[in-house]
Amino acid sequence: MAMDERTILRNELRWAAGVGAMVGVIFVAILFSSLALHRAPPSNIETVDPQTLHLAGEFTEANLGTHVTPDGQVTTRIVAAQFAFVPQCVVVPQGKPVTLRLSSPDVIHGILITGTNVNTMVVPGYVSQVRTVFAETGDLLMPCHEFCGLGHSEMTAHVMVVPQSSFRPDANGTASCASR
Amino acid sequence: MLAARRLVLAHLWTAFVVFAAAAVLGAWQMWVRSPLAAPFSTPDNYYLSVTAHGAAMAYVLTTFFIMGFGYYVAETALERTLPSMRWAWLGFALAIFGTAMTVLTVLSGRASVLYTFYPPLTASPFFYVGLVLVVVGSWIWCVLMILAMAQWKRANPGRPVPLAMFATVSNAVMWLWTTAGVAVELLFIVIPASLGLTETVDVGLTRTLFSWTLHAIVYFWLIPAYIAFYTMAPQAAGGRLYSDSMGRLSFILFLVYSLPVGLHHLFMDPEHSTGFKFVQMSLTVLVTVPTLLTVFTITASMEIAGRMRGGTGLFGWIGALPWRRPMVLATGLAFFMLWFGGGGGLVNMSYGMNAMVHNTSWVTAHFHLIFGGTVVMMYFAIAYEIWPRLTGRATQAPQLQCAQLWLWAIGMMVMTVPWHWLGLEGQWRRVAHFDYADPAIASWGPWVDVSVAGGAILLASALLFIWNLARFHADQAAKLTPVPPQRYAVAVHPPDHVPAALNGFALWNVVVLVLMAVAYGFPLAQFFIEAPPQAIVHHVDRAG
Repeated sequence: MAMDERTILRNELRWAAGVGAMVGVIFVAILFSSLALHRAPPSNIETVDPQTLHLAGEFTEANLGTHVTPDGQVTTRIVAAQFAFVPQCVVVPQGKPVTLRLSSPDVIHGILITGTNVNTMVVPGYVSQVRTVFAETGDLLMPCHEFCGLGHSEMTAHVMVVPQSSFRPDANGTASCASR
Repeated sequence: MLAARRLVLAHLWTAFVVFAAAAVLGAWQMWVRSPLAAPFSTPDNYYLSVTAHGAAMAYVLTTFFIMGFGYYVAETALERTLPSMRWAWLGFALAIFGTAMTVLTVLSGRASVLYTFYPPLTASPFFYVGLVLVVVGSWIWCVLMILAMAQWKRANPGRPVPLAMFATVSNAVMWLWTTAGVAVELLFIVIPASLGLTETVDVGLTRTLFSWTLHAIVYFWLIPAYIAFYTMAPQAAGGRLYSDSMGRLSFILFLVYSLPVGLHHLFMDPEHSTGFKFVQMSLTVLVTVPTLLTVFTITASMEIAGRMRGGTGLFGWIGALPWRRPMVLATGLAFFMLWFGGGGGLVNMSYGMNAMVHNTSWVTAHFHLIFGGTVVMMYFAIAYEIWPRLTGRATQAPQLQCAQLWLWAIGMMVMTVPWHWLGLEGQWRRVAHFDYADPAIASWGPWVDVSVAGGAILLASALLFIWNLARFHADQAAKLTPVPPQRYAVAVHPPDHVPAALNGFALWNVVVLVLMAVAYGFPLAQFFIEAPPQAIVHHVDRAG
């Protein structure tokens, strides 16, 4: 092992160039996935008053769950509260874009949906929004994944992904687990 | 004998006693969340335990260890006494008092908010005030470290500060920057809320302030491990440090890049734009650079040692290394786990990909490998290295020390490999018990059982570690053997002088300031430009 100062410096520079290349590749991969494939974190900065969440506006009880607009847009609204989701079960169609909108009236919560890449924090004061397409049918779990108090472990909802043929919203465009 | 001997021992024993207690809690937590029936298994006990485990490991073990080890390095590397013994003991007293206050409050069940706080959940004020006192104690340490280096430089004009001390001061400077975020959060928002002075909090702001601290704190914990890599491992292996300047550069890069990246903990949060998440992701990519430089320099240093010991061929030097020496073994095991932990971390920081793993067991596995596998592993090795000089007694049974290190590494892998898998399966975090009867997660049970076994091995290792250290104090016969003074690894080409930028931190503080203004300026200012709706404080320490 040659160890004069110049050799050491040359080896270090070679390694540094290798490190630079590796870091560059990682960065370009992330850049590609975010810009070309739109794989970005959920980041719509959209505020809502947690203290009046259930009283007025988008997150009142009648608006919760899955709704389909006349032009076919599917939106699912869920309130995450200590220590349950409202509603506890939502139904969504397979293979169609679905917009999930969540908010919290009390403390920080968070959700993931097992078997998918749906994941977001639910922070009081904000609406969390995730757009996704559910690829497979099934009964998926949607647990709260952020510590929200002693009942955190009990806080789990279900997402029923059904084939488009059995996804039948009612006349108002509302689809629920009970009536699907 | 070391002048600061009692000071260092007081810090390190506090760190390790708290560590052992936290290891017991950790093993129990593994048991509770598994399909096996565990005693005392209630949500109240579980979250009390998680809060205690996190606060003890992340705040108490680390802070006391880093302070104690810093005092040791300052005296042995600079070969002069500390600037002020009285202030050092005052820092210790504050930190001990704060620790007692925090621990008692947690044990009373009035602070089960986990160590990362989560306002608007609000614990008893004593929990936060205790932690603030620990931090204030560590600030005294920071000032003493900076002063010690300044005094040495005045006495040795033009000479390069010894690498171990340069790194220690880089950590002290970084810690002052790091704690600013959490200190503002606690002092101006959380403690007033806990006292009932305010009834609402801006949750986005508190999360952003905590994120300021949350990444750099990991490098605060990690720097002593890197000091051991650079200045102790090559010496223990019988070789030379490949390059002194590369060490300095790495520690400077840690200082610069570990701070403006904390937003990567908030990728899944709704209160920040993709723009600033992207900026901080880009800076996070660069945090890998000092670690990758270190991997090269330390591997090359070890190769020197291996070849000096007769190793030949491309890989023959690896087998020739003295693996029965705890410092060498720990370095090898820590590097091994750093690969897994660091690889997991690359996934976490990959922006959109974070959605796949955020708040799953994958993340728990990642930081246990970094913290337990690398940080604490090297804390063990450092303790074995310096305990003879702290107690004046020759090294005790290196076989038992090596066995303890092996147990720790095996336990850590047995625990975290299932966690990685379960994380990819979607196992969510901070759960007191899972319903394994649910067919959706029934298949997780056996994996969780395996991780319980890992936890048990880790606990055995933690207790063996305490036993190994206690033996130094008990063995009177070993006192007769003279203990050589602490030697730090010498570089192949020890520098006569280094540029001012590699011998101090003035320039780098300016760089940090600029980067922090870019990375955190608007993300923090947005909460004041247009104040978002506030959330009502939820007191967990009050009935009803």
